[in-house]
Amino acid sequence: MTAAKEQLLPVVSDVIADLKHKPGALLPILHEIQNRLGYIPPESVPLIAESLNQSRADIHGVISFYHQFRSTAPGKHTVEVCRAEACQAMGARQLEAHAKASLGVDYHGTTSDNNITLEEVYCLGNCACSPSVRIDDEIVGRVTPEKFDQLVDGLRSQTLEVH
Amino acid sequence: MSTAVTRLFIPRDTTALAMGADRLAREIAAEADKRGETVEIIRNGSRGMFWLEPLIEVETPAGRIAYGPVDSQAIDSLFDQGLLQGETSHPLCQGLTEAIPYLQKQQRLTFARAGITDPVSLDDYQQLDGFNGLKKALQMDGQAIVDEVKASGLRGRGGAAFPTGIKWQTVLDAVSPKQQKYIVCNADEGDSGTFADRMVMEADPYMLIEGMTIAGLAVGADQGYIYLRSEYPVAHQILNEAIDKAEAAGFLGDNILDSGKAFHLEVRLGAKAYICGEETSLLESLEGKRGMVRAKPPLPAIVGLFGQPTIVNNVLSLAAVPYILSKGGQAYADYGMGRSLGTLPFQLAGNIKRGGLIELAFGVTLRELLEEYGGGTFTGRPMRAVQVGGPLCAYLPESQWDTPMDYESFQAVGAALGHGGIVVFDDTVDMSAQARFSMEFCVAESCGKCTPCRIGSTRGVEVIDRIRNDEDREANMELLEDLCETMIYGSLCAMGGMTPFPVQSAVKHFPEDFNQPAQTNGAQS
Repeated sequence: MTAAKEQLLPVVSDVIADLKHKPGALLPILHEIQNRLGYIPPESVPLIAESLNQSRADIHGVISFYHQFRSTAPGKHTVEVCRAEACQAMGARQLEAHAKASLGVDYHGTTSDNNITLEEVYCLGNCACSPSVRIDDEIVGRVTPEKFDQLVDGLRSQTLEVH
Repeated sequence: MSTAVTRLFIPRDTTALAMGADRLAREIAAEADKRGETVEIIRNGSRGMFWLEPLIEVETPAGRIAYGPVDSQAIDSLFDQGLLQGETSHPLCQGLTEAIPYLQKQQRLTFARAGITDPVSLDDYQQLDGFNGLKKALQMDGQAIVDEVKASGLRGRGGAAFPTGIKWQTVLDAVSPKQQKYIVCNADEGDSGTFADRMVMEADPYMLIEGMTIAGLAVGADQGYIYLRSEYPVAHQILNEAIDKAEAAGFLGDNILDSGKAFHLEVRLGAKAYICGEETSLLESLEGKRGMVRAKPPLPAIVGLFGQPTIVNNVLSLAAVPYILSKGGQAYADYGMGRSLGTLPFQLAGNIKRGGLIELAFGVTLRELLEEYGGGTFTGRPMRAVQVGGPLCAYLPESQWDTPMDYESFQAVGAALGHGGIVVFDDTVDMSAQARFSMEFCVAESCGKCTPCRIGSTRGVEVIDRIRNDEDREANMELLEDLCETMIYGSLCAMGGMTPFPVQSAVKHFPEDFNQPAQTNGAQS
């Protein structure tokens, strides 16, 4: 565990070195760390703070302000269910209840096989073909509970093939 | 002419992809290959007729023929029935794309190229008037550009409807202590039911790039940022491709079209925070901070990004600028009514049969959009409530659907057009649940700077829960009204200041949903 974490920090240092010259560099740095590692390890906070000449509290404050940034590792896939009005009008409330029940987790939770992290999202811009779900970087429209199950099964079998 | 290669168009727009366009493109290429046909598949933007996505078009001498919505099962029969020749016998054939009434009846200025072109093709863009506005602007001084925008009557399309030309004048006149001004595009399109900004970025990104460059020339800014919400990964990809190509071709950079003038552009991603669509919060976020709203004054036009004079405009406002410069401000002002000039892209969403983007001059009625374009609900049940303008705007009952869609008429009935999004609900909706959600959304998304918004929203959820549970109803209804007033008059920005509007409209127009136990009403899970 400790060894794994130590391997993360060189990535963080690389990202900081690449991006710290940008005006308002903090969000680009946080995005890139999360892109590469899946989350922002708490150990990276002092490194970022030092390089941007800000306090650790400043960095922590920004990470905790934005819903997207996370301080713990997510599952292999992230599934986001849209909760906003256009999706509500097409059954999003039932869909989110189904998603939580079928995955056995609440929002921000990860399934016990570490495969799927469930998140909420407010609007994916697919409002004419709602309800919508985002799986990693792919957005899917007109998602019924049955279609949701198929998508999740697809993620599970993908993972099996890999192993 | 050669008939050897058939050109097929399959969109790479988010909704088309969400309905399976990528897989379809692969399967159609494979099927053509299997049949020994040579096809060129162009990944265009969407036409905005989202109920037909994925919409495939085939180029024929008579024009482009549309088929949709196409799924995998239909591929075989489409090929058998002459897809590549543009035969019209297949049930999915919609005829000539341009003749589909939904599209034909529109007045497309901003979306004139949407779906016609490959979004990242500079050639396609220039063949259809692209960069004509920029070329004119390069021959003009800053004041002349600003005057043209003023003459157009363009008002900010993000929702607040502030006159764009006046904002630009303020930035032009402002003195920057560091000799640096900025153009910031607000592409944090967070309102549910809106996707017009996304469509601009995914279908016609050079139009936005051109509009921002013209803004830079107008006020003397050489750096622009597009603040894009991270919920739009497709738009992010397309914008970055387009910016790279525009730079390589000399439309951006240190010496735009050999004019000696510079403009640089960069996309910055948000991180799932609705409040960052508020312009001062957006600027804080761009500076690398928490998205806390700033008190105004000073206006961002005078003290904006990194303390410098900054234009912050919505995607649609900036996207309207190339047309205005190319055809003249008056040509744009010839559309619309009263003080709402030009066109607005309305976005039909939610429980609607034919959802999509409809660009029309101001003044069409909501009912025309819902019935003639939308064709009723998707579920086939009666329509009951329509939220226009996003999560901070009112729910309209049927008695208000004849209101003309312009800023002043909507204001007169206590509603707002916002960004032009229209979300339709059928008769299974529980309006007290919708009112509760408005408050719940504000709890999740408030920046926390001012008390009415941060705490008022939490109390709002609790009070509505008590009403829904039939606890001391009369007193709690009164308390809710009082709380709404406090939020409206006491909040620093529109987040807390407008969250009560959908709540109050639900109470006013759908009182029956607050007078019976909520469990008996269908929509709530």
